[in-house]
Formats: sequence, C-alpha cells, structure tokens
Amino acid sequence: MTDKLLEIDHLTVRFKGARTIHAINDLSLSLGEGETLALLGESGSGKSVTLKALLRLLPPKRTEIEGDIRVGGTDILRLSGRSLQRYRGGDVSMVFQEPALALDPVYTVGAQIAETVMRHKGVSRSEAMEVALDMLKRVKIPSPERRLQNYPHELSGGMRQRVMIALALACRPRLLLADEPTTALDATVQIQILLLLRELQKEFGMGVIFVTHDIGVAVEISERIAVMYAGQIVEEGTTREIIKDPRHPYTRGLLAANLHDVARGERLAAIPGAPPALETRPASCSFAPRCALAGPDCRAGLPPVVTPAPRRRVACLRADEAVPAE
Amino acid sequence: MTLTEPLTSAPAPEARKGYWAGVAGRLARDPVSMLCLAVVAALILAAIFAPWLGLADPYKGSMIARLKPIGTPGHILGTDEQGRDMLARLIHGGRLTLFIGLMPVVFAFFIGSILGVVAGYVGGRLNTLIMRVVDVFFAFPSVLLAIAISGALGAGIVNSLVSLTIVFVPPITRVAEAVTSGVRSLDYIDAARATGASALTVIRVHVIGNVLSPIFVYATSLTSVCMILAAGLSFLGIGVRPPEPEWGLMLNTLRSAIYVDPWLSALPGVMIFVTSLCLNLLSDGVRSAMNVRD
Amino acid sequence: MSATELYDRLPDRGGPAQPLLTVRGLKKYFPIRGGILGRTRAMVQAVDGVSFEVRKGETLGIVGESGCGKSTTARLAVGLIDRDEGDIIFDGDALGDTLSLRELRRGIQMVFQDSYASLNPRLTIEESVAFGARVQGLSDPMGRAHGLLARVGLDPARFAQRYPHELSGGQRQRVNIARALAMSPRLVVLDEAVSALDKSVEAQVLNLLSDLRAEFGLTYIFISHDLNVVRYISDRVLVMYLGEVVEVAPVAAIWARQAHPYTRSLFSAMPSMDPDNRTEEPPLTGDPPNPIDPPEGCRFHTRCPFAATLCGRKAPQLRKIGADGHLAACHLHDPTSGHPKAGKIA
Repeated sequence: MTDKLLEIDHLTVRFKGARTIHAINDLSLSLGEGETLALLGESGSGKSVTLKALLRLLPPKRTEIEGDIRVGGTDILRLSGRSLQRYRGGDVSMVFQEPALALDPVYTVGAQIAETVMRHKGVSRSEAMEVALDMLKRVKIPSPERRLQNYPHELSGGMRQRVMIALALACRPRLLLADEPTTALDATVQIQILLLLRELQKEFGMGVIFVTHDIGVAVEISERIAVMYAGQIVEEGTTREIIKDPRHPYTRGLLAANLHDVARGERLAAIPGAPPALETRPASCSFAPRCALAGPDCRAGLPPVVTPAPRRRVACLRADEAVPAE
Repeated sequence: MTLTEPLTSAPAPEARKGYWAGVAGRLARDPVSMLCLAVVAALILAAIFAPWLGLADPYKGSMIARLKPIGTPGHILGTDEQGRDMLARLIHGGRLTLFIGLMPVVFAFFIGSILGVVAGYVGGRLNTLIMRVVDVFFAFPSVLLAIAISGALGAGIVNSLVSLTIVFVPPITRVAEAVTSGVRSLDYIDAARATGASALTVIRVHVIGNVLSPIFVYATSLTSVCMILAAGLSFLGIGVRPPEPEWGLMLNTLRSAIYVDPWLSALPGVMIFVTSLCLNLLSDGVRSAMNVRD
Repeated sequence: MSATELYDRLPDRGGPAQPLLTVRGLKKYFPIRGGILGRTRAMVQAVDGVSFEVRKGETLGIVGESGCGKSTTARLAVGLIDRDEGDIIFDGDALGDTLSLRELRRGIQMVFQDSYASLNPRLTIEESVAFGARVQGLSDPMGRAHGLLARVGLDPARFAQRYPHELSGGQRQRVNIARALAMSPRLVVLDEAVSALDKSVEAQVLNLLSDLRAEFGLTYIFISHDLNVVRYISDRVLVMYLGEVVEVAPVAAIWARQAHPYTRSLFSAMPSMDPDNRTEEPPLTGDPPNPIDPPEGCRFHTRCPFAATLCGRKAPQLRKIGADGHLAACHLHDPTSGHPKAGKIA
C-alpha cells in the first residue's frame, strides 16, 4: 500500500448563522501518494465543503471545525500565517469550476503563473516565465508563447481551464484538488480536460481529489470513488467496485439515475424525495427517509460501516443484502 | 397514475406573513433606525400640527426682544434678529423645509420610476433616447443644476419644487433603468410574456413589485440631499422668500448675528443636520431590512 | 376539478399527418453594439437557416454545445424573440399570417433551465401558476392552478401559498411545469429543464414529464446537452452546430449510426461509464469556434477529421441519407459532392 498523502479523521464542519448547518458529519478519508479519488455527490452533500476545509478556505468566524486533517503528516488545521501560505498553492493547489472567476482579469496569463512560481520557489522573474511557458506547453495550449501575453478574457472556456490547471500545477503540488472543473464546459471540451488531467496526474505523480456530481466523469478520471450524502461518506471503493458492485442503496439509485442503459420509455427508478436540510446532526441513517430498503432499525441509529474488502466500506445496515431483482 | 413520492425536507413552513411585515419586523429590531424614525416622525408631526401647539406667532417680531439668548424665559430657544420666537419659527419652518425637502423626491420618484422602468423594459431606441437625455442632466453637479434652474425660474416655493424635482429625476431614472433591465433579463419575465400577456400587464404584475423597492430605497437616500439643497436655495435667496420661516432662510438671516450669539444662529443648521442625518440613517436601515433574503 | 378537466386545449386542426410545428429557414443574427451611439460592430449568427418539424405527439430532442443556437431556436419558436427571417407554422397556421403571436403563445409554452430565475420571487406559487390562465381569460384560474400543482406532486394545501425561495430546485421546476400547463398548451418547449437538477431529482421530473405527456397528449421539444437524457425521452433527435442543423434522425437510428462527423464526436465525448474501457483519445481538439465569425463553407470543417478543401468552400445541405427520415448535412454523404471520401465512410 502506498504512503498516506492525506488523512482526514472524524472531520465535522458546522456553519453557524441564523440557523446551524451541519455540513460535514464525522467524515474520515485517506488518500495515498499518487492516487486519484473522486468525491461523488449531489448539491449540498458536502463535497465542496470538504475541499474548502482541506485548503482552509472556510470563513473562520462562521465555521466550527472538529477533527483532524493531515497532509503528508502535517496537521493543516493548526497552520497559520506563512506556513499556511506555503501550504496553499505549494503542497496543495486547487482547480475551480469557473476559471473565468478564479483567474485575475487584470493580469496576463503568463504573469499570473510566474507570480505564483516566484512566490513559492523564490526564483527570478525570467526563470518563472520559463516555468510558465513550460506549463502552458504541458497543458497543450496551442502557440504557448503568444498565449503567455493573453488576458483571461481573451481565451475560450476550455483554454481558460487549461491555464487554471497550468497555474495549479506550476509549483508541483503533491495534492491537487479539483472542484467540478469540467462542469461548466461543453461535452467535447470536457473530455479533453479530463484526459489532460489524467495524463498530467501520471506525469507529475500527484494525488488528486476530484469533486463531481457526474458519475461518468468520475469513472473517466479516478481510480477510487467516495460517494457522499448529507455530509458523510456512504460508500467508498475502487471505481470498478463502485460501478460494477454498488452496495449502498443511494449509490445504486445514482447509477440508475444516470440513464446510461435505460430503455426508452421505461419508467425510471427514481430516488424519491430530496436530500435532508442538515439543520440537525444526523442521529440515524440520513438516507433512510428516501430508501426503499429502510426499516425501523435504519431509523434507530447511525448505520454501521461495513468493510467487505480492504479499503472498501459501506455505511449501511443492508449492505450485505442481495441486490434486489431489477 | 399519481405521484406518491413524499416531498420531504421542504423548508419548515414558517409563519405566513407578507414580505413587508418581515421588513417592518427587521426594522423594528434595529435601535438606530427606530431612534431616527422617532425623530423624523416627531419633526413631521410637529410641523403638521404647529398652529395648534400653542406656540408664539412666528411672524410677530419685537424691536426690544431681539436676539435673546437660548433659555430666555418666554422664549426657550431665544429670539431671532427681529425678535421673533425661535422655537415657533423652527417648528413652523419645518413645515416648509420638510415640504420642499421631501416633495421633490416624491415627484421625482414617480417620474423617474416611470421613465426608468419604460426605458429598461422596452430597451432599444427608446432606452437610448431616454438615457442619453438623462446623461445630459447628469453632466452638471446637482447643486449647480438646482441653482441654475431656480435662478432661471425665479424665487418662490413652486419654482423650488420644480427645479429640485428636475434635479432628482435623472438619478432615479438611472437606478430604475438599471434595476429594470436586470429584472427584464430574468426568465420569469419571458415566461410571463410567453403567456401572451401585454407589456403593461407584465410590467404591472412582474416588474413593478421587483424593482420598486430598490428604487424606493435609493429615493429615500436622496431626501437628505434634497433637504440640504432646498435649504441651500433659500439661503441663497432663490428659494423661499422672507418673512416665511424656513430653515435655510433663517440660517441666512441669522448669519449676521453669528458673532453676537453663535449658538442661536446655529440652531437652524442643527435642525437641518439632525433631520438629514436621521433620514440618511433611516434609509440605510430600510435598505438592510429589505435586503435580508431567506 | 380533475386534472384532465383542467385542460381545455385548442382543437386539432390539420389531423395527425400535419406537423404540429414547422420551422422553415429560421434566421436570427444578434448585433453586438458598441460606442455611445450603439452602432453595430459585429453580428452573432445565433441561428442561421434552421428548418425542422415537430410531429403531433412526438418528443423532438435538440442537442448541441453552448453557442450552437438551440436555446435561441426555442425562444424564436415561442415568439419570445423576433426572427429576422423564416416561417413558423403552428398546425397549419403561419405566424404573422393566419396566427397571431397571442394565439401562438396559447399553443406553445416553455420551461426554462433556471428554476429560480423563472419564478417571480414576489409572487406565491399559486399566483405564478394562475397568471397565464388569468391573462388568457380561462375560467377559474386559481382552481386550475391548484389542480395542476396537485398534479405535478405539490399538495396545494401545503405549497400554494409559498414563495419560490421556500422550495427546493426540484419543487420549483415542478411549479414551472404546472405554470406552463396552466395555459393548456399543445406543445411544451423544455429548455434544459432538468439540467440544473440533481440526478436523483432529475429522474423524478423525467417520470413526471412522461406521465404528463401521456395524460394530456402533449408534444415536447426537449433541449439538453445530456445525450443519455435525450435518448430516454425523445423520439427524434436534432443536432445543431454553430447555428445550423447538422443531423436529424430517429433516436434508434442515430444511436446506431451517427452520420455527421460532429454528431460522432459528440457521442464519443460521452463518458464511457466503464472503468475497464475508459476513453483514451479525445474525439475533437479545441473549443467550438465563435458564432460571431463562423467558418466559411461547412462550419465544422475547422475541427473535422475528414475535412477536404471542398468543405471550406461550399456549405453542405441537409439531405436524406436513410429510409427512416435520417437527414445529415455533410459532403461525405453526398456522392455527387466531389468530396474525395464521399460515400466511402459509413
């Protein structure tokens, strides 16, 4: 087994305000060096909050964080000041959903990448520009010398996302966090970016956490998948295990809702209802109200975490039951 | 075939109260706004009921009792340069000052809203026409514009009202246009148009309700400026004419007494200051009370 | 009032053989203005010569990437934006000729992608649903609204008085569907109506749409970028690229054989859903070109793996390439086009 690059232990995140939102509830997760994990979940499942907690981007005044997050052995919840700055963008960097918003409109693409490199590596401007040019080549931007001088608004959506990736990888992070980086892109551009990320991940050997709501995208990018629901991981395993042998009723429902191989006109096996509002900390299985298999025991307490195989887990009382006939 | 899916996790059905009740509730919890509201309300009520408050005659002077200091028995706030009771003049002065200070904003609110909503909703050439004309007025500072128009029309209450209204129509139009074009681009306007409703119906049902409150908040923030401008016009002698009591005019006529009794001659200024400050703070309070959303 | 009674639909006129909606040569260019005087600087060729028909009772899926003009086409068909050129014929009546815009709007309704922006935040949902019926002078608008809310799965007793921000995305989209149905339309245009919803909620809404189609005899135009969803709900599919129609075919035919190289790329860009057999090669490189200045000739030739010199000079026309009404606009499928590979690639 690979060394642990990232370990999250019993992470709990609450947002305080007019009402308290229990965004993450007792989440544990580990990632080895060079592994690619997809965090799969719907809106409000806490997948983006997990990423933000990893980068310490949550507003400290309104957020209560408990638990432990270690990246390469460093407890990042205790970082502050200079070491936090070194950590962000150095060891760990992030690619956002909207590159148009994440890139600074008043600087050229080259200047933005070079600035990050100078700050983290302490090299001269011309050396940093060399790195920037090299990065643009690696993300396969045509005529990279010319693109260095472009402003973000002069680039198309796909090109901007490539620049965003170049910026994130310029300092050779050990862990790359990607927050739905292809959701805003067209299908033919999305697949290009996914393949590019896969290639760069192999080349740079970094660990990747890829947040997405789209199972198809998760399959294309990741070795492992963790399915999130209501601030908890309900199922985790290799991509093959999750796709071929889903155990949690929610994962099964999501796969069915993807309509990949549903016959036309056939009635869809939709998961009824909507996700819970998370105003209270879940005391029983959060999915039970929508689950066809749920019984009184599911509503009585938190479900046990079953581990059918090494590094595979399912938080469900019914995980071992035979897959219902379809 | 029926839908049996339980629709869980719908937001808890809170007390069914209207939007404005919510705004009022939030405003009531803001102490600064409530204090300002009390001051403004007291000033307006005092101005309205001035003749029945048993005050001295604000026009009747006395050569003997000129420039009595604050605290003189019988004249709590002293007397002015013609021996007229200051308290009576300040309260009676509120009638004109508040009237000239508030009415132009009310007029401009109606005219500017109509122009702006039409420009924003219809768009195209009409928008260009209305907004370019508005821009012409914007080219001048508001004080200068008010003085120029009042100067051209001549002194008098009606002319002050007209000139101040003209000054405030352009900014309100511009805000109304911006808010309306924002709303105009939302899908619910398209959905309403797709029902075959006429432009007027769409504006009445779907546009007005969503643009009026931001325009209203903006207009309330103009009232303090308008009061100061109105007082300024009178101070310069192109607004209200003596011997009418009006704060700006009083400030002007008491100017000569500034070395004799600075406190006394500052009183009209204090009234202008307090009123415009309270109006400003109140409009800020209303704005934040209206902003709160789910 | 039962759900079916709520529906007083315009009568059928041309019989089942006549298409419910025919669009011919539809064209819309948007000017890009600049400067103080608002002079036109450039034109976005949003929709350029689009023709298609929607048969009675079918669901026509429209797919394509951003900027291909699918939403503009929808808004033109509903009359929300004025067309520059082209005919819109609703059940035999041409818009502007024997059909007024108001009558067209009675027959066609639309559901938008953004469920929140498409509801007036200051109106309760019953008011929003009843608005259209009120405008068209239909009887008992409020009873109709309550009946339809119940039909889309929102209990009027609990939901009618709520404001849009008090509902979830899926619930709001149900309200939007009820609002469209309140006009008793014959054709409903669903413009990415399920795209913003979570997958589990999307399936619920798709089921609802299927039920409503059967119950009220509706015809749909279903616009989406999700091919899986389009395959599930549609009878025929229309593929657009940069303001033009490149291929039209029944769902089964196009899933079996994508005739236009662009359609083929679009299909291969779909994630594989098989961890043992992932996509290895992107089907296309680069982003779609800007519709402000589309390429000459075939608009796809700049990205097409089969492009020949001919493609940059002459624009191909939509022509029949299969017995089942399969149309494609590509020189490859025209043996007389002079393309070196014409007729050689399946």
